[in-house]
Amino acid sequence: MSDRSRAGARRRPQRHLPLQVLLGFLVVYFLVPFWWVIVNSSKDAPGLFGGGNTLWFAERIDYLGNLEQLFAYDNGIYGRWILNSTLYALAGGVGATILAVMAGYGFAKYRFAARRFSFSLVLGALMVPATALVIPTFMMFSEFGLTNTIWAVILPSLLNPFGVYLMHVYARDAVPDEILDAARADGAGEVRTFLQVAFPLMRPAVVTVLLLSAVASWNNYFLPLAMLSDNRLFPVTVGLGLWQGIASANNAGSTSLWSLIIMGALVSVVPLVIAFFTLQRHWRGGLSVGGLR
Amino acid sequence: MIKKSAPRTQVRTQKIRGKVRLREHVMGWLFVGPFGIVFLAFLIAPLAYALYLSLFQKKLIGGTSFVFLDNYVKAFTDPSFLSGAWFVIRFSLVSIPLQIIVALAMALILDAITSRFVRFSRLMIFLPYAIPTVIGAVMWGFLYSKSFGPLTDIFGLFGATAPDFLSSNLIFYGLVNVVTWQWAGYYMIILYAALQGIDPTLYEAARMDGAGAWQVALRIKIPLIASALLLILVFSLIGTLQFFNEPQILRSLAAGTIGPDFTPNMYAYQQAFSLANFNYGSAISFALGGIVFVGVYAFLFFTRKRRSFL
Repeated sequence: MSDRSRAGARRRPQRHLPLQVLLGFLVVYFLVPFWWVIVNSSKDAPGLFGGGNTLWFAERIDYLGNLEQLFAYDNGIYGRWILNSTLYALAGGVGATILAVMAGYGFAKYRFAARRFSFSLVLGALMVPATALVIPTFMMFSEFGLTNTIWAVILPSLLNPFGVYLMHVYARDAVPDEILDAARADGAGEVRTFLQVAFPLMRPAVVTVLLLSAVASWNNYFLPLAMLSDNRLFPVTVGLGLWQGIASANNAGSTSLWSLIIMGALVSVVPLVIAFFTLQRHWRGGLSVGGLR
Repeated sequence: MIKKSAPRTQVRTQKIRGKVRLREHVMGWLFVGPFGIVFLAFLIAPLAYALYLSLFQKKLIGGTSFVFLDNYVKAFTDPSFLSGAWFVIRFSLVSIPLQIIVALAMALILDAITSRFVRFSRLMIFLPYAIPTVIGAVMWGFLYSKSFGPLTDIFGLFGATAPDFLSSNLIFYGLVNVVTWQWAGYYMIILYAALQGIDPTLYEAARMDGAGAWQVALRIKIPLIASALLLILVFSLIGTLQFFNEPQILRSLAAGTIGPDFTPNMYAYQQAFSLANFNYGSAISFALGGIVFVGVYAFLFFTRKRRSFL
């Protein structure tokens, strides 16, 4: 929130009513899908298809009933999907972050052989579309019998070149060489210097990279869709996609599935929305690092 | 012989320096190494493997045989691949400028005025970024739906028939809308962060010279965040050319509108996983990845040239 003091200094044009009204319209646009889901997850099938107002509550508001159905359906498969998503996001996020922090620090603070060449490879990797790798990775994993396991989803998400780039930029600017040299002169080894001196200085960027890579794993769809065939291993994105396919395939027969999908969409969104609100400070600082370069 | 004693200390320091250099090499690689292994295993190896696979063809009779570039020749004459590629190019040309203009306008507004409502708006506009693209597409699918979406009601108020964004005429705009909703807020935050990094005394100076708010925005703010604009342009280009999630999700709702070859990525997925035609799927993936890489690289190269020229 470093912008607060500056905002005070440039607090000149205050009102700008037309702009605020315009912003109001934009906010409504960005919130409409959320509103629709919040309202309609309270309805049962007749409420959904009964032709009532689609942007307002029906007479019967039954969040708890729908929640209960959601988590009971198919032996609680939805709860499993949420747990799977959490596992993939945590394992992929933490793993990718550790690798990115180490590599970014290494690139920024050591002049080792082939450093420039390797770093330009990392920069080049930023431009390789992630989905281009999915089919060949699937083929490789199937040779090793790794497809349709949790590793098929976790291992490829350890690769985060953008995280390495962010950490490199941040370590270069925020960790002065003098402090590292002082620590070494005091007899600290390289690992201790990294863990106890450099790491605390890099912490804001570490949190950002952790958030970004955890979100990327949580949101991933193409990779798990290709890798997994056992629906008990699905993350929630693939699971809801599956339900939606089933529900639209037999239009009339699956009206009850629709209310599960709507409730499922709402529940799947809640954890990340909470995380974004509570961790605002962290991602904002990190995004500015990425944006300024 | 004569100088033997003099450079002794120098030799020793050189030795120490050599040791330090070696240590630096080793430590550097120890820090970068773990990422390097992942990089080799999940980026270089799949790319090499895709290239390898794409050079073979599996036939019912005769098994797998080396065909060199035949798969690529096939891809670039395959109407499915070409129409998909043409779609993502058209889609990029419309949706990327739209997203960036919307994001830039919002960032400039949020940067220019401060109030509690403005801070609240900033958060709300960013909120869709927290939503998985799949869930975003599912949500918009609900809103577009004829049976339980609000469009029929809203347009009914004015006695008009609602546009069907899932029909083949309007699916393009339906998808443009989903993508803009999903990403404009994220781009806005990046631009906003860059705007907040500008030294405010520049504005004072401009105002002294008689520049209005519009001129400050156009002549000072936008040029100073050019690198952030470039960054989001590149990100959105990479993302849009590999378009997959949203059309794949809306496909089941828009029966018949979105075919399995709607985008190159969907086509590669269909070839590999529905038809078990991994060689051709790899060729499409590799061709698409190559086009994206070369396109983005060329774009960065030319903009860098021009920027240094200015």
